[in-house]
Amino acid sequence: MWNRDRWQEMFYTLRKNKLRTTLSGFTVALGIFIFVVLFGFGNGLKNSFEQFFVDDSTNTIWLYPGKTEKPYRGYKAKRRIIFKNDDLTDIKQNFSFFIDYITPRISRGALVKYANESNNYTIRAVAPGHQYAEKTIVTYGRYINTLDVKNKTKYATIGRLVAKDLFGNKPALGKNINVGGISFKVIGVFKDAGGDNEERLIYIPYTTRQQMEKSNDRVDQIMVAFRPELGYAGAMAFEKKLNTFMRNKHNIAPSDRSGIYVRNVAEDFRQTQNIGSVLQYVVLFIGIGTLLAGIIGISNIMVFVVKERTKELGIRKAIGATPKSIVGMILQESVFITAIAGYAGLLAGVGALALIGDSLEAYFITNPYIDTNEAVGATVILVVFGAIAGYIPARRAAKIKPIIALRDE
Amino acid sequence: MIEIKDLHKSYFMGKSTLHVLKGINFSVAEGEMVAIMGSSGSGKSTLLNILGMLDVANEGTYNLDGKIIKDLDETKAAVYRNKFLGFVFQSFNLISYKTALENVMLPLYYQKIARKERQKRAQKYLEDVGLGPWATHQPNELSGGQKQRVAIARALVSEPKVLLADEPTGALDTKTSYELMDLLQKINDAGKTLLIVTHELDIANMCKRIVHLRDGIIVEDKKVDQVKASQYVE
Repeated sequence: MWNRDRWQEMFYTLRKNKLRTTLSGFTVALGIFIFVVLFGFGNGLKNSFEQFFVDDSTNTIWLYPGKTEKPYRGYKAKRRIIFKNDDLTDIKQNFSFFIDYITPRISRGALVKYANESNNYTIRAVAPGHQYAEKTIVTYGRYINTLDVKNKTKYATIGRLVAKDLFGNKPALGKNINVGGISFKVIGVFKDAGGDNEERLIYIPYTTRQQMEKSNDRVDQIMVAFRPELGYAGAMAFEKKLNTFMRNKHNIAPSDRSGIYVRNVAEDFRQTQNIGSVLQYVVLFIGIGTLLAGIIGISNIMVFVVKERTKELGIRKAIGATPKSIVGMILQESVFITAIAGYAGLLAGVGALALIGDSLEAYFITNPYIDTNEAVGATVILVVFGAIAGYIPARRAAKIKPIIALRDE
Repeated sequence: MIEIKDLHKSYFMGKSTLHVLKGINFSVAEGEMVAIMGSSGSGKSTLLNILGMLDVANEGTYNLDGKIIKDLDETKAAVYRNKFLGFVFQSFNLISYKTALENVMLPLYYQKIARKERQKRAQKYLEDVGLGPWATHQPNELSGGQKQRVAIARALVSEPKVLLADEPTGALDTKTSYELMDLLQKINDAGKTLLIVTHELDIANMCKRIVHLRDGIIVEDKKVDQVKASQYVE
């Protein structure tokens, strides 16, 4: 195999048969190229999918108050349940072992003005933990903090698009905006992977909102983040306990379906993961499919190449080539071409993916990529099958009597 | 040099059998120049192919320079062909993408001789057949006569014991044919054993002995007075 003469002979043959060499090399390169690009697209699709669902934290339980359907403990049905600040403290005290953080959320719409610009936005009154629950990314300044909640400050962290609407390209930080008639100071600007709507929000301390609304202590909904270490089963158990606790506290029948709503994101996440794994199979299927097509393409080319060379092989045999040297020659050539062309196709494919980058995000293909191991593995498979595809006709050609091979015109 | 006894060869095509050689007894001494004649279908090419180990007989013995040629596997046959025999075909059978020199070098490649040495020897044989200046030309740049000379050089380069030629002049015009026969006669004069299959009497008469085949048996085997081809060549 490593005989210098054999390599010289091979290079000479390849150089003198450019069309054949190019054709078989092109088939292999194209096969790998398509494989890499399609596989990369598949991965991009998976990425987009994951991005849709990773906007929010996956370790949170959302509690919404509702209206009771059943009478219970002397209370009538159709009673409206209201969450208050003491619900926050009670949950914190009773479940401190399970809890990562807890935050209320009070949502109100308001007309927001700055200089000559004005627009309607949703104002969310929250605690600092909300930043983690929504995975809000603060780009300038800061988020609402504990001190803001304690002092009921009139501070606001505004979305990127709010800043763009109201301030244009000018810095928003430190400016005062008018939120429904009350002046708030902008202390931060954030972005959010959840999309445009999520970036048209304004966050303020929930205590400030309560003070604005006649100093009540009501909250719309409560988000409880459990420790991720609990795992899926632990999260489900915690959710059950929390539900029981809240029903007991607010005198809601355990079987009442609408007194309180509990949404556990952990469950959603599990579903998401299931769909994700289906996508993974789709990607795998695409990969195997293209690889198979590539293998068939190479096999065809190899059979054709050997057929075309039948006479030459007959001549070589007549002047003393052993069957082993014939098979060896064809194998060496085919492995060499497929390896080089495969590598070229691999580089081209990876290059194309890098070039495409995020330009196809509108078509749900985000950051398409291919794992190096997968790409190299696919190339190796193609080279091996190229060799096998060359070996079978080569062995047959080597077995043909030279007289028959020579007769073949 | 060559001795065959009671050689039979049949081709099986489906249910029918074609009995081509029906018991050939024949021997060739060293330095002979033998023409095998016969009309088409007489079995002359089959005989040559068997002698050249390109084909195998069904029956009979074949002795080449003291070696019994029997039940050879392909590898061994290839080595024997390479060492003992040189082939010249009617259709030249040069490798089209190799130059004249490289075509001549090829048998030595299969003898695993170093490239420099291959080049040197091949160049010498090309010059012997008068094609020294054509070494770097590809077959499609050569005339029929030149191609056949390259083929002869290729057959001789491995210094075989016997040169087998199947209708070597079949694709050439008369003038070129005589030039080629002149070359073959000179090779024979230098001591090489030659077997030439032909159906042209004038070519056969330029050999030293004519074996006549008809329907798979030898009907005539006679020595002839060799006609020198050089008298027809200016």
